[in-house]
Amino acid sequence: MSINEEVACLRKIPLFANIETSKLKLLAFTSERVTFDPGDTLFEQDEMGNCAYIILSGEADVVVRTPTGPVTVATLGPSEVVGEIAILCDVPRTATVMAHSHLHVLCISKDLFFRIMTEFPQIAVEIMRVLANRLEKTTSRLREVLSERAA
Amino acid sequence: MESSIFRFILRHSRRQQVLLLVITLASFPFLYASLELPKKIVNEAISGKNIPAEMFGVPLDQVRYLLILSGLFLALVVVNGWFKYQINTMKGRLGERMLRRLRYELYVRILRFPLPRFRKVSSGELIPMITAEVEPLGGFIGDAIALPVFQGGTLLVYLAFIFMQDPVLGAAAVSLYPFQGWLIPRLQRKVNQLGKQRVRTMRQISDRIGETVAGIGEVHTHDTSAWHKADLAHRLGDVYDIRFEIYQRKFFIKFLNNFINQLTPFFFYAIGGYLVIKGQLSFGALVAVLAAYKDLASPWKELLDWYQLKEDTRIKYEQVVEQFQVPDLLDDRLLEEDPAGDIRITGRLALDHVQFGEETGAKPLDDVSGEIELDRHTAVVAVGAGGEELAQIVARVLLPTAGRIRLNGEDYLCLPESVTGRRVAYVGSSPYLFSAPLFENLVYGLRHRPLRPDPDADPARRKRRTAEAQMSGNTDRDIRADWIDYEAAGCTGPEDLVERIRDVLRLVDLDADVYSFGLNRTVDPQRRPDVAARVLAAREAVTDLLTDPKMGQLVERFDPERFNTNATVAENLLFGTPVGSAFATDTLAENPYMLHVLDKTGLSERFLDAGRRVAETMLELFSGLPQGHEFFERFSFIGFAELPEYQAILAHAGKDGLDRLRPDERTRLMSLPFKVIPARHRLGLLDDKAIARLLEARRVFARDLPADLRGAVEFFDPRVYNAAATIQDNILFGKLVYGQAQVQVRVGRMMAKLVDDLQLRELIVEVGLDHPVGVGGSRLTSAQRQKAALARALLKNPDLLVLGDATSSLDSASEARVHAAIRKHRQGRGLLWVVHRAGHARSFDRVIVLNGGRVAEEGRSVELDKPGTLLHELMGAD
Repeated sequence: MSINEEVACLRKIPLFANIETSKLKLLAFTSERVTFDPGDTLFEQDEMGNCAYIILSGEADVVVRTPTGPVTVATLGPSEVVGEIAILCDVPRTATVMAHSHLHVLCISKDLFFRIMTEFPQIAVEIMRVLANRLEKTTSRLREVLSERAA
Repeated sequence: MESSIFRFILRHSRRQQVLLLVITLASFPFLYASLELPKKIVNEAISGKNIPAEMFGVPLDQVRYLLILSGLFLALVVVNGWFKYQINTMKGRLGERMLRRLRYELYVRILRFPLPRFRKVSSGELIPMITAEVEPLGGFIGDAIALPVFQGGTLLVYLAFIFMQDPVLGAAAVSLYPFQGWLIPRLQRKVNQLGKQRVRTMRQISDRIGETVAGIGEVHTHDTSAWHKADLAHRLGDVYDIRFEIYQRKFFIKFLNNFINQLTPFFFYAIGGYLVIKGQLSFGALVAVLAAYKDLASPWKELLDWYQLKEDTRIKYEQVVEQFQVPDLLDDRLLEEDPAGDIRITGRLALDHVQFGEETGAKPLDDVSGEIELDRHTAVVAVGAGGEELAQIVARVLLPTAGRIRLNGEDYLCLPESVTGRRVAYVGSSPYLFSAPLFENLVYGLRHRPLRPDPDADPARRKRRTAEAQMSGNTDRDIRADWIDYEAAGCTGPEDLVERIRDVLRLVDLDADVYSFGLNRTVDPQRRPDVAARVLAAREAVTDLLTDPKMGQLVERFDPERFNTNATVAENLLFGTPVGSAFATDTLAENPYMLHVLDKTGLSERFLDAGRRVAETMLELFSGLPQGHEFFERFSFIGFAELPEYQAILAHAGKDGLDRLRPDERTRLMSLPFKVIPARHRLGLLDDKAIARLLEARRVFARDLPADLRGAVEFFDPRVYNAAATIQDNILFGKLVYGQAQVQVRVGRMMAKLVDDLQLRELIVEVGLDHPVGVGGSRLTSAQRQKAALARALLKNPDLLVLGDATSSLDSASEARVHAAIRKHRQGRGLLWVVHRAGHARSFDRVIVLNGGRVAEEGRSVELDKPGTLLHELMGAD
């Protein structure tokens, strides 16, 4: 997959939807592309992480440990981002992610991510918008839950 | 050491000086004759007067006489030249020998400085003293005696001649000499003082430069470069002021001298002229006196110059030597004496009121008494200072300022270093490693005296060097001899020494580090065919391992028939490792042979076009970034400064087409594709057709390579060891595949297993011993430095091992391993360990607790570790 195809894939991610092509190209060029075989682990739950992954092709399972054993809670496909929380704030991984099929990902290290953000504030603004949206959704969800409880 | 340069000269070169003087004087008649002969040729042979009728019984006519005299003149020219040549060579050699002697003596003094001296004097001051400051002395020493005697003699002869012509005029000629002789030294004195001041200031400057180099990290940490610049500028300003004043005074002295010298002819003309007019002096005599006076000027000037040089040199010598006149210099006997018999440091070491510290101020050690049993392990726990000092005193690195130490009743402080330096080992917290391979640093503690002569030495040359060294008072020990004391390390020769080193490395937990040094080193297969053969066997074994598809996808091997997408285009074309700069990747586009190959295979235009595309991408990606951004270094093919140039090239190419570019523009564009690693950069530059042509170019490159470039590349050949590549690359014989998760860890694991299976590890560790440690060991981590120093200490099998804070840089797991290993290794032998965590003292046989430099508690650790003791309290605090 050439860099231009990677850029096309990044473009589909809402986080990067409004960002100039040349910036996306820089992101793609400076980050490492990694291949995983089915069953390979991208990262383990509870370990500290230092990079986020953008799926270019293939699928990945998000697995959470429960008292009754591991449970797959979601399966992610191309243009989805996984592990970004760990690079924004220093918290351990909240789940294990494994390759479901033959998987190509773009691995964006924490260091690189922050460098790109300081260099191009529009990406930072875009991320703020996405995070704010998520927060807003979570808050309204919480409000719903609380009102359900009150009812 | 002689306090004045003349004493130094007389003491060490009296005979040569006399010889020089005799030869100089012997040359004098010939010189005189060569001045006299031309007169004879003109007056007699050419003008035809006074021609002797015969010479040596041979009848003469005028022409024959002329030819004989001319021949004589030619002979005199040769003789004079020969004298001059001999005298100059002798002077030069004498000066050089004396300089060599002086430098050597000064260096030996440094070795004899008491350790506390080094707190007051820096290497920045010492180095220029021995190297630059004494340099002019050599030139002077040859002239020291011969010149004043010769010129003074000449002067006297001329003076005698003048006095014989006329005593009054003679008196007139020298009338001003006493005045000059009185005035000049007086003026010179101030210049001398300034000269001293200048030397002092220059020394401070070199000290400052040394400090800046040593503390460069601090300069950048604290933004103090401006302060340092101002400091240096200020000092340079001081030097300027001093120099300027010296010039003014020096040239004034010159002016005065010239004036006085011209004043004398004034007297001749005035008084002599008057006497001639009055008829009291013949005209001829006045002319003769004037001519003689003219001749007088030259030796007189030489003498004055010599005086100035002498003063200059005298001061330089005194100023250097006074820095090396240290009161409590170590006795030379301690360094040089080599007592017969095997003196061991065993039994008991009794400290009796040992004290260390400066006369005023706090003493790190005060009145320490006690016994150290040299077959047991003693821990020292120090509250406050004193621990390290005690360790160094016990190790005899430092001498106490007061008190005595006895070894089984004998004076321990009088033992020569040939005993203490071999039987006792000490490692402090920041040991020093020398800029040499690790191996040299490890065997450093085994090199006391030359033991076996150098088998390759040329005996004649060796003899000459030895004689020359002795003549300059230097040591005649041969540095090229084998100095390693294998027996002391418990070995018989070089072979089992390596084995023993490996054991010691394991003991100090350094073997894994040295193994990885080894993996990353190159080996000359001519010198080590055994290594090359076994590495090739390992390469073969890797081939088998990589048939497993799980592993096979991690490494892309070099295949002569296939393009390696994980290697650069340059590596693919060369299909080898460049040796030297001819085929360095950065300048490949300028290499005529490479361009020829590209042309021949029709790749030039493709390269140019690929270069354009790379440049476009780089400009698109990186032109928005500020200067100095780390992306340029890490990712860009084009530096920030070059971006505008490439922009211009692309604009030019866009307007006129790629084929209209200037040659330098073409070179710039064509240099880019060489650096591309297709699998990593994913720029989509190469299609299958391009790859086929590249493979063709690879074949042509190797086939047509001219003989003179044959040494500039080591080809990748599956069956041949690549001398320019590291051992790791030789085994792997390929590139790690980009984009495979954890490829380095997985391949590293595979390599480790392979190396163990083939029992290659020992060999690689041996190669790793050649790893250069850098200046002061700077290419090692501080933990590696400490481990290397421990290994160095253990290798010499000391009777007593003294450790300061020798493991402070190790991580705790490694520290625990090393502690346990050393304790076990030293079972039943002397060990004194200054522990920095009281808890470590628990397992030792005895403990000495120092508090404020005094012994607070001493005894067996089990007895001491009870409530109420200081040790117990300290252990609790851990």
